[in-house]
Amino acid sequence: MADVVKPASLAELAECVRSADTPFEIIGSGTKRGLGRPVQAARTLDMSGFSDVIIYEPEELILETGAGTRLADIEVLIAAKGQQLAFEPPDYSRVLGSAHSGSIGGLIACNLSGPRRIKAGAARDHILGIHGVTGMGDMFKAGARVVKNVTGYDMPKLLTGSYGTLAALSAIILKVLPRPETEETIVLEGLDDTQAIAHMSIAMQSSCEVSGAAHIPGEGTYLRLEGIAPSVAYRRDQLARTLGQPVQVLAARSSMAKWQAIRDASMFAGDLTRPLWRLSVTPSDAPRLIALLRSQMDLRHCLDWAGGLVWIEVPPSADAGAAAIRTALPSGHAMLFRAPDSVRAAVDVFQPQAPALAALSSRVKASFDPKGLFNPGRMSRVS
Amino acid sequence: MLTMPVPDSAVLAKRDAIAAALRAIVPGEGVIAQPIEMRAFETDGLTAYRQMPLVVVLPETTAQVSEVLKYAHANGIKVVPRGAGTSLSGGALPLADGILLGLSKFNRVLEIDYANRCAVVQPGVTNLAITKAVEHKGFYYAPDPSSQIACTIGGNVAENSGGVHCLKYGLTANNVLGIEMVLIGGEIIRLGGKHLDSEGYDLLGIMTGSEGLLGVVTEVTVRILQKPETARAVLVGFPTSEDAGTCVADIISAGIIPGGMEMMDRPAIHAAEEFVHADYPLDVEALLIVELDGPQVEVDHLIERVSAIAKANRSSTLRISTSEAERMLFWAGRKAAFPAVGRISPDYICMDGTIPRKRLPEVLRGMTELSAKHRLRVANVFHAGDGNLHPLILFDANDPDELDRAEKFGADILRLCVKVGGVLTGEHGVGIEKRDLMPEMFSEDDLAQQMRVKCAFDDQGLLNPGKVFPTLHRCAELGRMHVRGGQLPFADIPRF
Repeated sequence: MADVVKPASLAELAECVRSADTPFEIIGSGTKRGLGRPVQAARTLDMSGFSDVIIYEPEELILETGAGTRLADIEVLIAAKGQQLAFEPPDYSRVLGSAHSGSIGGLIACNLSGPRRIKAGAARDHILGIHGVTGMGDMFKAGARVVKNVTGYDMPKLLTGSYGTLAALSAIILKVLPRPETEETIVLEGLDDTQAIAHMSIAMQSSCEVSGAAHIPGEGTYLRLEGIAPSVAYRRDQLARTLGQPVQVLAARSSMAKWQAIRDASMFAGDLTRPLWRLSVTPSDAPRLIALLRSQMDLRHCLDWAGGLVWIEVPPSADAGAAAIRTALPSGHAMLFRAPDSVRAAVDVFQPQAPALAALSSRVKASFDPKGLFNPGRMSRVS
Repeated sequence: MLTMPVPDSAVLAKRDAIAAALRAIVPGEGVIAQPIEMRAFETDGLTAYRQMPLVVVLPETTAQVSEVLKYAHANGIKVVPRGAGTSLSGGALPLADGILLGLSKFNRVLEIDYANRCAVVQPGVTNLAITKAVEHKGFYYAPDPSSQIACTIGGNVAENSGGVHCLKYGLTANNVLGIEMVLIGGEIIRLGGKHLDSEGYDLLGIMTGSEGLLGVVTEVTVRILQKPETARAVLVGFPTSEDAGTCVADIISAGIIPGGMEMMDRPAIHAAEEFVHADYPLDVEALLIVELDGPQVEVDHLIERVSAIAKANRSSTLRISTSEAERMLFWAGRKAAFPAVGRISPDYICMDGTIPRKRLPEVLRGMTELSAKHRLRVANVFHAGDGNLHPLILFDANDPDELDRAEKFGADILRLCVKVGGVLTGEHGVGIEKRDLMPEMFSEDDLAQQMRVKCAFDDQGLLNPGKVFPTLHRCAELGRMHVRGGQLPFADIPRF
């Protein structure tokens, strides 16, 4: 059983890191331990003590909260004021087999964003500031409690998606935005991948402000419209005309349920032993990529982000299909999102980088954590 | 006046040899070493500061940029990157012992990909030229800094530029998908592309807004959007800035994010009205322009809601644009606010703090007191939606005492912004202008970590030194540096 350290204050956190000589695995609530490579660390740094909402000012559009605060609690808090995290944080607990949607710190550490990514941006586009401790045990902050700020380097973005390998974050400042009053979804049926990408592209090129564009093979192609009711109704009709073919419409309640399922990649929750890949590609590259891979393996897939996000579930194998997928990948990057620990320890979970970029990333890592105390091995064999 | 690092006399002595070495990399007219020809590069948008560069080089290819940087790195010569030179914070101010690396010849739009909603352009393409290249298909590039006719996308990436529409559409960082860049050692790397998010650390995120201190951008992929179907604006006058401030808060609390929401104070209203005759009310303390964009039905609906909120906040005048010409007229005064202030004063400096919006009345009162203290006038324009304040300080640069007072006034305003929970700069960057104020906002540990990141990119500190950070540190020492109790170690290192 690993040694667990649970600091109760920023000063305690700093002292605990400063005096450390062996690495930590940093966890919020531990729901995303399955993402990235397995961490080999004798000690656990438990951040769940940082669970207080520090400040929430709806009219300033800002929320500052402890990194260990549960995402679900934050969503309830801000929904009461008609607000949301616009990047639509996914809940991958059913796909990963974890207990719940986890902490805000974990969400930020993994830069996870849902279907609205294509319109509203990613988690990294909504983080305004951080407080935390470097691998040297220095307390530091970056960013601020305002929505527009370019003072100093944008460290909050750098830390978002760093999988806890750079710093231990104690508090996070986020931009919160109004929830749309209502939503509807246009459904197109009977499209293959190529046709679906083409239709999603037409929708995204229109002025209809599509806030979700996904394709589930054999089921349908979905285009979401959000906003005030008269605007949604107007854009629904306009988009249907633009697409020039028969469409079905999901009203608000069924639209919300559908997008929650797409957001959470629910179609891959059935068999957790099957490896799952999450690919970010140039949208128009997706159909060829999938066709090529399908000729090599028995896969299930779906498309989100207008085709830019490709989920691929493959049969279990020693490398979970890594060699085939990375060879076929025409653009972007492929992450092995779900696989047994032994497989994730053996293959590159994240897309390997060109040598100059990999070297730069290592130097950035060392600039925060020269002793390699935080989440060793999580992102690559060296960091 | 802020001071720059003392030039390295050994580098100055080698000027001719450096120019010759650069000519071997960039042939023909791409190297400028004649003082009279370098004059055009001696300042940027912060015109109170001037410095002739050591030599100017204008490469045309990424390979040449790589060779120039490799040469500079091997020989320990500083490099200042420059786009169009419109920085308002002195980001492109040359160094006497530094190569000025201009990207103006990187001026081509390389690819427009409507199917994937992006454009690939060279860094010297102007912000507006991107929109011009795609507008025949109804598209545009969203961030719109007021210098968009001149400023380049490379400079926008360096400064993370904003504009009046960034509350709804984001800053540069939210609209750039990828870059090609060159590190100081000459390595060419690509970050992002036409896909979303990073496979590793978000180095694109840290590059955007890094003010030329981390690398040189040689290609940019930006997101392009379909233009909103229509836009209308409301022009509202208020008897007090408090009323205008609560109106803004109420609009946002009602769940409305306008395309633009701009405020002007009395001096700015009067200067603008005298200049462009936009028919602004002159008997109000604050003027608000709220622009709604989107489908007609949505815009009409929201205009009504915004008007009702304005009336509930004691608006004294309220006009809704009924035509595109009228909407443009509402904006004409605001967009001409800077030159309008330029007409009533020989010089002005434009400040750029962001504050929590609810503190606006207090900050405006504080500014009035500071105006009396420093004996200089100030006019305010304000990106009200996101709390980004642009106080314009009026002075006469021919009077050295006035310049000194103007800079002190500006520093006091920014201290006030930080004191109420805001920041030193919302969109113009730190540059040299706010460099020495960084400790107002950041602790020494905060700054040390930023400088360590700088060292990960630039081990000798050769890229744009003297900007952003108030003190210079050698990277090797920074790795071990722990500042305690305000005691700065390494007292031997020159501070400036």
